[in-house]
This record gives sequence, structure tokens and C-alpha cells, in this order.
Amino acid sequence: MSKYNKLPKEAPLILFIKEQKEPLFSKKNRALLTDPMDDNNPITVQVLGICSALAITVQLKPAIVMSLSVIAVMAASNVIISLLRDLIPNRIRIIVQLVVVASMVILVDQILRAYAYDVSKELSIFIGLIITNCIVMGRLEAFALGNGVWKSFLDGIGNAAGYGFILIVVAFFRELLGSGKLLGYQVIPDLIYEMGYVNNGLMLLSPMALITVGIYIWLQRSKNRNLIEKN
Amino acid sequence: MDRDSNAYTFLFSAIMVLLVAATLSVTATSLQDIQDENVRKEKMQNILATIGVNVEREKAPEVYKKYIIDELALVSDGSIDKNTDAFTLKLNLEIKKPIKEQRFPLYLAEVDSLKYYIVPLRGVGLWDAIWGYVALEGDKNTIKGAVFDHKGETAGLGAEITQEWFQDSFTGEKVFNENGDLVGINVSKTNNDPKGLDKNDHEVDAISGATITGDGVTDMIKERLQNYLSYFKSKNELIAYQNN
Repeated sequence: MSKYNKLPKEAPLILFIKEQKEPLFSKKNRALLTDPMDDNNPITVQVLGICSALAITVQLKPAIVMSLSVIAVMAASNVIISLLRDLIPNRIRIIVQLVVVASMVILVDQILRAYAYDVSKELSIFIGLIITNCIVMGRLEAFALGNGVWKSFLDGIGNAAGYGFILIVVAFFRELLGSGKLLGYQVIPDLIYEMGYVNNGLMLLSPMALITVGIYIWLQRSKNRNLIEKN
Repeated sequence: MDRDSNAYTFLFSAIMVLLVAATLSVTATSLQDIQDENVRKEKMQNILATIGVNVEREKAPEVYKKYIIDELALVSDGSIDKNTDAFTLKLNLEIKKPIKEQRFPLYLAEVDSLKYYIVPLRGVGLWDAIWGYVALEGDKNTIKGAVFDHKGETAGLGAEITQEWFQDSFTGEKVFNENGDLVGINVSKTNNDPKGLDKNDHEVDAISGATITGDGVTDMIKERLQNYLSYFKSKNELIAYQNN
């Protein structure tokens, strides 16, 4: 029983809450950006978006492009859904979210095809798969539907960046150890190869992405004890 | 208006659908030209790759002009249709026409005074269309190089046909047998020569897990080349089988 139940029935309700204008980058708003980078990372903590993290982290470049595309799609669709949140009929809200995300993705795809053709060929089906990326729909449903435009925008950027950050970290190690390159340029000098060093071909296969993500989760949790489950 | 009423829901969806459709079609139409240009350059790039000329996409049109000396649109009897532009022919549409009305594009290239015949290919893989180009040397028998691409083959399996190691295995293979019959190249699972050292076996090693895509490649090479036989023969140059 909480103490509030003991209040007399006649107690006046608080009618006026002085509305304070929240600064654009208040502590709360900054947390929307920074939380997903660590404490609430979509991949390593919420375990969302794993599928694409496995698929496009063989090389750094597609991983970076994918991250940027997801940031664009998430920020835009979060803003749109948040703008429409008082208009969307509750019964078809998931469909509306899908339509918004899908059209954002098609836009990104069309623009890539015109201005970054090679990248669009490389990402091919994965661009389409942004639609099915659980993070996007998850944030729309959990955040944008109930929060203001600015907050939703930050939340979209934050979560997409948290996702992209992991993608880039994983891709960095996979490309480095798997092909001895970064962004397509050889970084491991020939000398080391001559001494008998061999690229680890296993790094190019998706299981190693899972293991790399696993190692990251391990490191993250040993640093950030809050994340460890109690039981 | 009540946000949960049927009328509102219908109205909302109707407006949403119209807006989305308008935005998307405006974007798609306005970017169309740039996208088509990319596809055109990539086609040139692919054609050049079959004769061993590797070039960046942006420079492809220049280099293409230098090496490709002629583009022919052939009729099934081997004559040349001068009124059709071979480069812009769409094979996916041609294939559906009756054989007499089809036009078969052929690209003639000359590199270091060696002549090459480049034949565009189109067929079906497991999920969707596959296509490519194959370049024959002056004897119209030995493959100089091949390039393949696909629309939706499985990544890591069928999609591997776009990889150089697979395409390179076609180089040097012969498409005619000793009797001068067209046999094409068999993408074979029972190849005794996985390294592709035997260039007279009309076989290349298949990709594990990509049987149907591989069969598609086999079929498409033979089917498409079939249509060029009358032209090759009409040129009165014997299809020489050199047992080397």
C-alpha cells in the first residue's frame, strides 16, 4: 500500500504544472543519443538487428554505408511517425509504420542507385532488409508513437548510431583479420606476409561476426557491470 | 473526427497511400536518367571485362569506343539488321519474341589487332534472371573471357557466379567439339578437373550449393550461342577446331 492511498479524498488535485521549456540538448535529450551507444545498445544489449550485423560486416565500406542509410531511415521515419502520432488510427498503426519505413527505404535505395551505384549493387538486398530491421520498427512503436518530434529524432539517430557503431567495429576486425585490408586498402605490410602470416579466411564467414559481437558483449559487460543480469 | 472510427481509418489510409505514391514516383522519375546512365556504363564495363580490359565505370564509355569496333544486330538467318541499335536491345524482351523477329546483338572488338566476338547472354538462375557476356577469340571457339551477373541469386552460393575465380575458369575453354558441333560449356559437378587445367573438356567446375544457378549458366551459354551459328558460318570463316 502506498502512502498516496491515505490521502483524504478531498485533497485538491494538482491542476497546474508549470511547463518549463526544455533546452534542446538537456541531460535527458542527450541521454537519448548516448544511451544506445553503450547502456542500451540495440545490438549488444537489446540483441536487435543481429541479422544485418552478420551479413554486411565483411568489409568496412558497406558497413559504413549501411550505418549511414539506417541513420537516415530511422531519423526520418521516427520524425514522421512522431508528427503523425496524434493522427494515426490506432488499429492500423503498424501498417502505417511499415508504409513509412518502406517508402523511406525505397527513397534511400533510389538515391544510392543514382549517386552511389557500386555501393547500391553491393548492398543490394540489404537495403531492402532495412525495412525488416527490428530496430526501426521497434523504435517507432516504442518511442516515436509516444514522444515529441525532437526527442524522436534524437532517439532515431541515437539508436541507429549505436547499431552502426557495432557494425563498424565488427567490420573493422573482420576486414583487418580476414583480408588484411581496411576500406579496401592493404594495411598489413607485405613483410609480415613474407614472414608467414596468413589472413584468417574464417573471419570472412558470418559465424565469426557472431563471435566478434560476442567478444564485444563480453568486454562491454566486464566494463559496465550494470548490464550483467542479476540471476 | 473519432480517431478509431472506420471512416477516419479509411480516410487516413487513402490520403497516406496517395501521398506516398506521389513522393515515390516523383523521386523515381527524376532520378531515372542518372540511374540509366549508370547501367549503360556498367554494361560497357562488363563487355570490356570479357576481353580482358578492366576499366573504372566512369571511364568505360571512352575505352569502349576505343576497343569495340562494331555493334551488330543479327537476324536468326545470320544477316545483319542495320535498322536496329544493337547496344540498346533488351535481351529480356527479345527472348519472348518469335525466333524470326528476334535480334541478336553481337559486339566486335579489336585489342592489339586481335579480333574478338562478344555475345550477350541471358537465362534463368534459381530465383530470378541471370545474364552476362562471353567473348570468343578470332577462331570463334576459344573463350577469351566471361562475365556473369544476376538479379537475386543466393548470396554466397549462386551469387558467386559474379566472382572472378568462377568467371576466370571459362577462359581458354572451347565451345565447339572436334566435329564442329556446338557443345557450349558445362558447369559440371562431376568435373575430374577442378582446377580447370584441361581446356578441351568443355567443362568448368561448379560452385557447391549452386547447382541450379550453375545449370542456368550452362543452358544460357549454349542457347544463346546457338543463335549466332548461322552468322559465324555465313562469314565463311571455318569454325576451326585446333587441337592444341
